[in-house]
Amino acid sequence: MIRSLRILSANPLSLVGLALVGLVILAAAFADFLAPFPEHRGAVVDFVNFNKPPDGTYFMGTDLVGRDMFSRILYAYRISLLLGVVVLAVAVPVGVTLGLMAGYLGGWWEYALMRITDVFLSIPPLVLAIAIMGVLQPTLLNGMLAVTAMWWPWYTRLVYNITRGEKVEGYVLAAEVIGASRAHVMFREILPNAVPAIVTKMTLDFGFVILIVSSLSFLGLGVQPPTPDLGSMVAEGARYLPDSWWLAVFPGLAILIAVFGFNLIGDGLRDILGPDR
Amino acid sequence: MSTLDIRNLHLSFKLHSGLVHVLHGISLSVAKGERVALVGESGSGKSVTARIVLGLLQELRGARITGHVAFQGQDLSALSPRARHALRGTAMSMIFQDPTSSLNPVYRIAPQFREVLARATPGISMEAARARATTLLDEVAITEPARVLDSYPFQLSGGMNQRVMIAMALANRPALLLADEPGTALDVTVQAQTLDLMRDLVAQHGTSVLFISHNLGVVREFADRTCVIYKGRIVESGPTEAVFEAPGHPYTRALMAAQPRITGGGLPEIAEADSRFLASAVIHGGLA
Amino acid sequence: MLTVLRHAARRIGTSLLVLFGVSILIFVIARVIPGDPARVALGPNATAEQVGNLRAALHLDRSVVTQYGYFLSDLSRGDLGISLYTNRPVTTDIAEFLPATLELILVAGVLMVGLGMPLGILAARYLGRWPDHVIRVISLLGVSAPSFVWAVILMLIFAYWLQWLPIAGRLSEATLIPRITGFVTIDSLIAGNWAGFRDAWWHLALPAFALALSGIGQATRLIRANMIETYETPYIEMARAYGFPEGRIASHYAFKPSLIPSLTIIGLDLAALLGNAFLVEAVFGWPGLSRYGVQVILRKDLNAIVGTVLIISAVFILVNIIVDILTVLLNPRIRYAAGAGN
Repeated sequence: MIRSLRILSANPLSLVGLALVGLVILAAAFADFLAPFPEHRGAVVDFVNFNKPPDGTYFMGTDLVGRDMFSRILYAYRISLLLGVVVLAVAVPVGVTLGLMAGYLGGWWEYALMRITDVFLSIPPLVLAIAIMGVLQPTLLNGMLAVTAMWWPWYTRLVYNITRGEKVEGYVLAAEVIGASRAHVMFREILPNAVPAIVTKMTLDFGFVILIVSSLSFLGLGVQPPTPDLGSMVAEGARYLPDSWWLAVFPGLAILIAVFGFNLIGDGLRDILGPDR
Repeated sequence: MSTLDIRNLHLSFKLHSGLVHVLHGISLSVAKGERVALVGESGSGKSVTARIVLGLLQELRGARITGHVAFQGQDLSALSPRARHALRGTAMSMIFQDPTSSLNPVYRIAPQFREVLARATPGISMEAARARATTLLDEVAITEPARVLDSYPFQLSGGMNQRVMIAMALANRPALLLADEPGTALDVTVQAQTLDLMRDLVAQHGTSVLFISHNLGVVREFADRTCVIYKGRIVESGPTEAVFEAPGHPYTRALMAAQPRITGGGLPEIAEADSRFLASAVIHGGLA
Repeated sequence: MLTVLRHAARRIGTSLLVLFGVSILIFVIARVIPGDPARVALGPNATAEQVGNLRAALHLDRSVVTQYGYFLSDLSRGDLGISLYTNRPVTTDIAEFLPATLELILVAGVLMVGLGMPLGILAARYLGRWPDHVIRVISLLGVSAPSFVWAVILMLIFAYWLQWLPIAGRLSEATLIPRITGFVTIDSLIAGNWAGFRDAWWHLALPAFALALSGIGQATRLIRANMIETYETPYIEMARAYGFPEGRIASHYAFKPSLIPSLTIIGLDLAALLGNAFLVEAVFGWPGLSRYGVQVILRKDLNAIVGTVLIISAVFILVNIIVDILTVLLNPRIRYAAGAGN
């Protein structure tokens, strides 16, 4: 782990990525201390100071009800990271398990699982999430559900392809010969070989989850007010361009910084671990 | 004036971990029409030597090259990059180890041949190129040149691709042919045929050859003179017969002994690194 | 050629199956929701009787399987039901709004390929030098922000501050173009309306570019990565040994072998434009299918939701098929499946 971090930091771009992501995580974790106006993450109104451009007190200006944009962005990072963690924590195990099963068990399992995966993958990513959110109540929980539902197939397909290749390798046959259970072969033998590809994809995906969630919120289908979310903040702000430009630009840049950081790290990882077939 | 004259060539690479020395001042020369073999194990530095002559290695960052390389009397380092580039594919050409993977898999043979011919005849038309290629393929005993020209490399056998490569290499009548382990990727019988073909053709055209190999049997058949390279140093050189009949250097002797014999007797032991191998070079008479 | 056709036929066959599955998926999701769609559609002031009637008309009182049966039989007649939002057949809505989205996506797709590939080639050719670094950073930035962020930023810069391009909409108020194909760029040409033609492109520029940015970044990175691998191959070494012009190596001999493995992913990226169109159409007020889709989703207009998602998936699948066929055409190994062995 330490060694991988060291290799990673040899690449200057990855270092920048680590720094950016580090900043984002710090911002999210310590929002309570860093935010000048921590209460503004909720339903607070201050019509005296509303719609102010950036100045000394309000680094990124205030929104239409007078809340400090900077504080809200810090808390919004918290939501974004949380969503990323939850979505991946559910989607990845599910997707990986299904991929292992489809690849190793073969036969009817393979056919059924991969056809279902194909169906999910036939709908453009964002569209599926939008469609699911469209028929559910737009809440944070449902948002997570929708994004998770569209995410697992990517891992299933990835692990399926890897498993099919590994299935015929010597170590698998050896394990089978000595009578290892199918579960053992899948999870203890094949899975470790898939881990590098999975981890690389997860790092790249983290940024992508943040993108998708913010897109959903932008459309009004994700996180609901007053919870601060970068996507919905941009959506609100977009209506007041160009005069109150800070309403849309700062949250947008915040998204860009976070995702850019994750992508830099993911790229660095991929350079080291090799391409995922 | 020899075709190729290498004197005191040093090569090192600057890596993260430090400076790695690959060639420690090697010298060899190839006279006109002569076939010289450079023999050694993998990692001995034989392959990089050929690439330095072509000028391929100089572009690599971290490569440090000193020494004197002269081609047809001209010092190569004194040439501009453009002049140096002009020599490739025209006055000097190269044959590679695995013929099928050395040809572009998504282009047919004809366009690739045309590109080679364009080096000597810029802007050559496809028809003219095909005509010339047909003659050249005929020289390497390919009976259906039209079919071969319209094929993709993966559709042809290894031996066929090897002939195509030889034809390409000799297409512009180079003065120097660099052959990097030719035929290693082929069956033994095919390899033998290929080498016979090569020998006849270079004799016919008076081409000088620098032949790189680790296969002593092939070297003995093909080369006029042999240079043995060990860990970036020439340890023995001279007429092939002399080197093979009376190897002077401990490493050469070990190399000869290491060849498995068809007549049996098992595989002899060869030490990984023996201090005796660092003994000074043995030069047989008859070398300029 | 026969291999190509057979391959295409097989792909279309599986795709129809998949589309079938998609319809089931969306249908089930749309129907199996808490709450009463009829009531939502009619609003809180509707009487119980009105709700009851609507429920019966939409077959909501029957089982899901039966409902799907009705859906299929309607579908076979080309009927996707009535949209509760526009009170028109869904098919009419789709016919009206789809061309606008397709126009946007096609232009974005051309930009994606036309800019992304050359940039990738350049970056690989000058690997490790400043053009490579610059291109890498730009392409990574491109993929790191959702399309709506880029849309907002581009709009601010080019429409508000520089005022080079219009802010929103597909055409200026004054421009009238007869509707023949639904593609304003084509229709204006057919009508001989040059001003309209220019106006259409003027309005297309920003949205298409904002939409394409993410795809351009992806394409650049992909081509660059594959070209770097290709540059390591023996056949490129041989090309260099023979002194082939470096420019030709980059644009032909290294590019073509790199393009083939990239095609599948480029196809996916092209199709992802369909998803991102939702965001860009929202920012620029583009009257396309995606904007319609968001409206009907917010209103829980079941028929329209199913219809819209189905069409978008069909386009997605179609793009994938085309890319697949292109791959087979370009890759000689697949075309000549039976080659002389070594």
